Amino acid sequence: MASVVPGVIKVALLVLRKDIAIEARSREIVYTTLLFAVSCVLIFSFAFVMEEGVPVEGAAAGILWIAVAFSGTLALGRTFERERYGETLRALLLTPGSRAAIYAGKLSGMVLLMLATEAVLTPMVAVFFHAPFFARPLQLTVLLVLGTIGFASVGTLFAAMLVRTRTRDVLLPILLFPVTIPVMIAGVRGTAALLQSPPDEAVATLWIGLLTSFDTVFLVLALWTFEPLMTE
Amino acid sequence: MVRRVLFACLSIVLASAPVFAQQPGQEFVPVTGPVTEQIPAAPLVISSYAFFLVLLFVYLWTIWRRIGKVEADMRALERQTERGQHR
Amino acid sequence: MKKLFVPLVIVAAAMFAYAPVAINKVPLESTMLLVQKIFYFHFATWMALTAAIAVCGVASLISLFKGSKVADWYGVASAELVVIFGVFGLFSGSLWGRKAWGVWWQWDPRVTMATMLVLIFLGYLMVRKYGGPGSEKLAAAMGIFGAATAPFVYKATDWWRNIHPPTTVMRTLGEKFPAAWDLVLYCTGAFLLLVVLLLAARVRLEAMRAELDRMYLALED
Repeated sequence: MASVVPGVIKVALLVLRKDIAIEARSREIVYTTLLFAVSCVLIFSFAFVMEEGVPVEGAAAGILWIAVAFSGTLALGRTFERERYGETLRALLLTPGSRAAIYAGKLSGMVLLMLATEAVLTPMVAVFFHAPFFARPLQLTVLLVLGTIGFASVGTLFAAMLVRTRTRDVLLPILLFPVTIPVMIAGVRGTAALLQSPPDEAVATLWIGLLTSFDTVFLVLALWTFEPLMTE
Repeated sequence: MVRRVLFACLSIVLASAPVFAQQPGQEFVPVTGPVTEQIPAAPLVISSYAFFLVLLFVYLWTIWRRIGKVEADMRALERQTERGQHR
Repeated sequence: MKKLFVPLVIVAAAMFAYAPVAINKVPLESTMLLVQKIFYFHFATWMALTAAIAVCGVASLISLFKGSKVADWYGVASAELVVIFGVFGLFSGSLWGRKAWGVWWQWDPRVTMATMLVLIFLGYLMVRKYGGPGSEKLAAAMGIFGAATAPFVYKATDWWRNIHPPTTVMRTLGEKFPAAWDLVLYCTGAFLLLVVLLLAARVRLEAMRAELDRMYLALED
């Protein structure tokens, strides 16, 4: 007898479509996250620009990733706040699909949002900090995508598990940032290697490899623990 | 007394290259030959071990205190249940 | 098991009382001289930390997947030990680095990753304290992630050669500096014994608290 329980990928895509549909109506999270990220970069610009308007050297890579991390954390909190507010989380968890599929759907939405933010931020940081981000666009894209997946995989898990906690807003960064330090280091170092003249591709490839292993470990752990964590 | 000796060594050693300019060692090897030092190491070593003792005793004290509180609460509860039973 | 506690405490106390004597007697190391003696407790504390992380990781797994209360007690006890031994490890390393590297702090890969570990387990304790009801599960998730990143800390100095002594130091210590090797084993043994004793004491506190809760509930009936 054919199973009526939809497959993992199908459920994940359904969750993703739902999120995109809701977001497309108001575009609230997308716009506010983008604007927050832009303000982050602006504050860094004022903090790190020296006399005569010359930006400090070598800060561009770090600033890009910090802005991504901060705006990502905010977006995570907002996304799950919306679920809690609409009380849709319980409904989601009651669906006959596997919990891992729900996690995968939420994760995809998060990754897409963060990638959109990075698409806006990278040219901005390149311009404000005189950094040649587009010397090696392919490697940079790979770095950003892998780093985003690593950050978002842990972030989605933690944001989901904290959704009912009163002190959720401050606990999320406290828990998320230490765990994602390897991802941040790999991302910043890899980006910094690509920003040198000439771009140091060997070092960047090394960090890309490391990021891949971190992503694998984090994704597997997150998928594995999502189920018991969300059961109340 | 120790500080004066160290100052004497310091003035002799100042001409030579600083110790920490060497490559960090790949192995730990026991010392051979005369012993000279620059930054006094004794306060660092002693503070390290002292800090350990402080940490350990503070932690032991917090466990002791918390156990004491729980025991006091338990005794109070036992008294309450006894009173309840006698009524 | 309980009967062993007091004799083991006496053994541990004796070991720690003798330790400064032994450390004083061991010969100086050739490049770092006196300040290298911080190493004996520094290495031992990181061994203790590894043991505590292993306990926390396993306890968190059992607590999360089997819902075991006892596993949860071991989880919180070992997380506290991770923070304490980690703080001492970073502090002693900083003092040693002041002399050996010339700076109080250096963002060397192993130092960075070790700091990250301490922060993760601090997060474990924070979420238990301020996370409200059901926070044991969230803490268990932190414990699992922390334990998963621990092997990277060990490997960090092999992959990224930087300022921190590499793992080859420990592997060759037996041949090159046997007196130090013996002392390292002694100190590590003392610290591991300390981990066992502290765990026992702290878990006993948690067990008593659970007993107290049970008494409160019984009273309300």
